[in-house]
Amino acid sequence: MEIRIDHVSRWYRNVVAINDVTMTIGPGVTGLLGPNGAGKSTLIAMMSGFLAPSTGTVTLDGEPLWRNEQVYRKVGLVPEREALFDYLTGRQFVLANAELHGLPDPGAAAQRAIALIEMTDAQDREIATYSKGMRQRIKMASALVHDPGVLLLDEPFNGMDPRQRIHLMELLRTMGADGRTVLFSSHILEEVEQVARQIEVVVAGRHAASGDFGAIRRLMTDRPNRFVLRTGNDRLMASALLADPSVRGARLRSEGGIELEASDFGRFSEVLPRLAREHGVRLHEVTPTDESLESVFSYLVAP
Amino acid sequence: MRPQTISRTIVRLGAQSIFGRWRGALLFVLPVVLIGLSILVRGLIGHEEMGARHALDGLGLTVIVPLVALLATSGLLAPEIDDGSISYLLAKPISRHTIVASKLVVAAGCVLAFAAVPVLIAALILRPSYALGFALGALLGGLAYCSLFAFLSVLTRHAVVVGLIYLLVWEGLLGGLLDGVRWLSVTRWSAAVVQEIADISLVDDLPLWYAVPALAVVVVGGAWVTGRRLRGFNLTGDE
Repeated sequence: MEIRIDHVSRWYRNVVAINDVTMTIGPGVTGLLGPNGAGKSTLIAMMSGFLAPSTGTVTLDGEPLWRNEQVYRKVGLVPEREALFDYLTGRQFVLANAELHGLPDPGAAAQRAIALIEMTDAQDREIATYSKGMRQRIKMASALVHDPGVLLLDEPFNGMDPRQRIHLMELLRTMGADGRTVLFSSHILEEVEQVARQIEVVVAGRHAASGDFGAIRRLMTDRPNRFVLRTGNDRLMASALLADPSVRGARLRSEGGIELEASDFGRFSEVLPRLAREHGVRLHEVTPTDESLESVFSYLVAP
Repeated sequence: MRPQTISRTIVRLGAQSIFGRWRGALLFVLPVVLIGLSILVRGLIGHEEMGARHALDGLGLTVIVPLVALLATSGLLAPEIDDGSISYLLAKPISRHTIVASKLVVAAGCVLAFAAVPVLIAALILRPSYALGFALGALLGGLAYCSLFAFLSVLTRHAVVVGLIYLLVWEGLLGGLLDGVRWLSVTRWSAAVVQEIADISLVDDLPLWYAVPALAVVVVGGAWVTGRRLRGFNLTGDE
């Protein structure tokens, strides 16, 4: 099954949340990667029929998703929000979901889904007593109960401990390998590249990049890195560094320190301490100025 | 799967959600107040008409019935919309009208149990000849209020507050000051039903042929626009 997002924009009054995005989500696991506030949830809401695009179309195998409740036979959604029916036990909740899908044997379907996410032991406890990770898993069971061909997950790894994370990753991989269309969002590259075959990067409402994780990694690492150095002798250190090919530029700041741009990070990280030692210059501080994810992403979308 | 108009699962979940929250307790308080007051009035002034009228119309129809409807309906939809858990009902191949109708079945049950039956009991205590009329009026009025408040719940996040303001200002304040409000007042319509059955005069010049269809239009129309609105429900994350 295939979700097609075609020239979709979405704005709230005069704030643009999604800006002319076109992408196709096919079978296998796709990671939707982007910083917080990039529009990932908005995209997932549109892919799950809970939001109408302002312009453009979102379709599942050619069928519209908006105002089409029949698509939920094929789609499972794990929303980001925590709220559940706290007054039910896990089993009652998953069973209710199975019944609402009109499944022929809701009880068996519920048990299968609960076993799949390893919640059998806690299924008779009230959801109100569940930890964040358990809530996440029972949400997962409710989305899987009708064995959907498409699974959409909004920030599914939030609040999970490492063991639960590994288990969910495993589960998503298996579902992708079964030929299901699985899409999950995350703001952490390491998370995405461990599971997803295909990565779609969204930044500030725009589709910034698309490809396998190798391609995305290269986009993120083959770029100049900027640092601020504070040393015992800025002028001497700057000239020594400039002589090395891994350094593209250096500038002495009026307030002290060196502003430096390195083109080859691997080599630079090796050269810097060696040059400092050779010239007898003490390094007080080495601060990357653009290492945050946001700056990595903003680099990706820069023209 | 055959199309269904009422989902038993949603009815069950709805009933559990009402009694799983503090609102549920309030639903028990209101009838106790009405019946307690009726016993007091009966003890103090006997079967006298004025006392019965004030208790059953002034408190029962005008206060208890709409409040029960407001508590039941807003407890069914507003919290789920607020916290987003309604998405578990909506992400299903079920008609939105089925979801609304099923929720309203629960609300109607509450109106029956916590408004109509208590009004019936209160009337039996105060003036048995009023009982049937007031019970039916309470039920019909309560159903109309449920539909109305269901629509409010999908229209605004502040359904309870807006509902209370509507009750106080429109049904209460303006309804008391301006005679014309009776044409657009659920409480007055239900009063028109009461006076047709019971031998009492509650509202002047409001014919039954107008009041009953008006109640029916609000019940059906309110439920329908609520379902329609739910169809275009926007669920967005915290962004």
